[in-house]
Amino acid sequence: MAIPASRPNLNWRERAFLPAIVSGLFITWRHFVRYIFGRTKVTIQYPEQTRDADLPDYYRGTPALVKDEQGRIRCVACQLCEFICPPRAIKILPGEIPTDDRFAKVEKYPEEFDIDMIRCIYCGMCEEVCPEQAIFLRKDYVVTGFTREEMVHRKDKLLEIGGVMHGVVLKWNDKK
Amino acid sequence: MYSWLILSSLAKIVGILFVVILPMVSYTVYAERRVSAFIQDRPGPNRVGPAGLLQPIADVVKLLIKEDFTPAGVNTFYYWLAPCLAMMPSIITIAVVPFGSTLFDVPMVIADVNIGILWVFAIGSLGVYGIVIGGWASNSKYPFLGGVRSSSQMISYELSLGLAVIPIFMLVGKLRLTDVVRYQIDHGWFIAPFIGDWANPVKWLLAIPMLISFFVFMVAMFAETNRLPFDLPEAEQELAGGYHTEYSSMKFALFFLGEYTAMIAGSAVMVTLFLGGWHFPGIPDGSHGWIFGLTNIVVFFAKVTALLFFFIWVRWTLPRFRYDQLMRLGWLFFFELALVNIFLVAGILACFHV
Repeated sequence: MAIPASRPNLNWRERAFLPAIVSGLFITWRHFVRYIFGRTKVTIQYPEQTRDADLPDYYRGTPALVKDEQGRIRCVACQLCEFICPPRAIKILPGEIPTDDRFAKVEKYPEEFDIDMIRCIYCGMCEEVCPEQAIFLRKDYVVTGFTREEMVHRKDKLLEIGGVMHGVVLKWNDKK
Repeated sequence: MYSWLILSSLAKIVGILFVVILPMVSYTVYAERRVSAFIQDRPGPNRVGPAGLLQPIADVVKLLIKEDFTPAGVNTFYYWLAPCLAMMPSIITIAVVPFGSTLFDVPMVIADVNIGILWVFAIGSLGVYGIVIGGWASNSKYPFLGGVRSSSQMISYELSLGLAVIPIFMLVGKLRLTDVVRYQIDHGWFIAPFIGDWANPVKWLLAIPMLISFFVFMVAMFAETNRLPFDLPEAEQELAGGYHTEYSSMKFALFFLGEYTAMIAGSAVMVTLFLGGWHFPGIPDGSHGWIFGLTNIVVFFAKVTALLFFFIWVRWTLPRFRYDQLMRLGWLFFFELALVNIFLVAGILACFHV
């Protein structure tokens, strides 16, 4: 069923358009003059000026792997993030931890951990799903490369971005 | 004698085209981007050179080295012809416009023909062929729609454009554009007669229909040059760029620059017809010394620049008309307004025996 939209009744001044056009011209003129005299500051000059300091804590930048206090990769290669990742950007090759290792009870570690940053959509589901809190979305956002190969973040690159995370989970510490 | 005429004409053509008009075209594009940016509270292109002043050069280099792609299924002859047809008429139009008084006793107009304004309309209207042929030869639906829209729009507004200038030639009595300027020097600019016999109240009475003429002419010029309130042939949001969708590289650039050249040509004609041409109160013409001749040229292009700024300013203020609104405005308002205006001027001329 067609529903006729109600049109406002314009008086003769509004129907003549000209007053509206002139007032519109004055509005744009005011913006123009204000910008010329430097009274509006809306934009920043990006590569020189950044808003990195103002990024909120919930900012979702590039995903990264973190190490714990003992310098161990937190990831246990459970592959949940690989499974949940909507664009299938994550690829994990699990490896076994030898029995004489200090962390032998963890059993698995990622031998390879690739995140294809061309595919990644920064949704943060890997961070949400991770039972070990090993993967986090950091505040880096400048991901560049000349080839597709360069755009894939390997394990060492991910660890470099991630750094060391203190606290949060202490499940695999020696005491337990 | 003839060799001197040919040589001076050639010097004028080269000088005005390559030293003034073409740089002006590219810097109008730059001005468009900067002014639109300022109006929208952002800086615009400011990286290439000081304040981004070398941006047009970078743009030209980029456009020249881009791939010139010809899509399959186009009519190659007309596809190649269209960009030239879009650019050339507006350049040729400038030939009859007096852009200065005299410089070293050489009149500063390339072709001082006695059919001045007819030449402007005859050649200026050819610009529509570039758009129509470009839209048709692309063999694609959006460019085709752009071309169709353009032809009907141009035909509609050509009428008010022609009718709007008739009052001027009723007063001047000649079609030569240098005579129009000469008349305005003696009797005051048409829309502001504050020089010459300015104390004559009839002059100020005549300024009213002249203002209406100016208004109609300007709006029709917006429509003729496809500027924003009437840019239906390109309409990025509706037609994905309109008639130049299928064009790339320098062919696209010719369409793009043709639009800006048409703007400059239109402003030059408007300045000549309504704003006193190269004349400014208190500045004598070139026969008093070359410095004044040069000043006259500067005054002319200053006026053109002011009008260009107005063109840009309006573009970034007003939204686009709907197609039926455009047609209704053209046929039911501006056409009638221009027609009534002619009778108004005729009435004033008859009553007061000017």
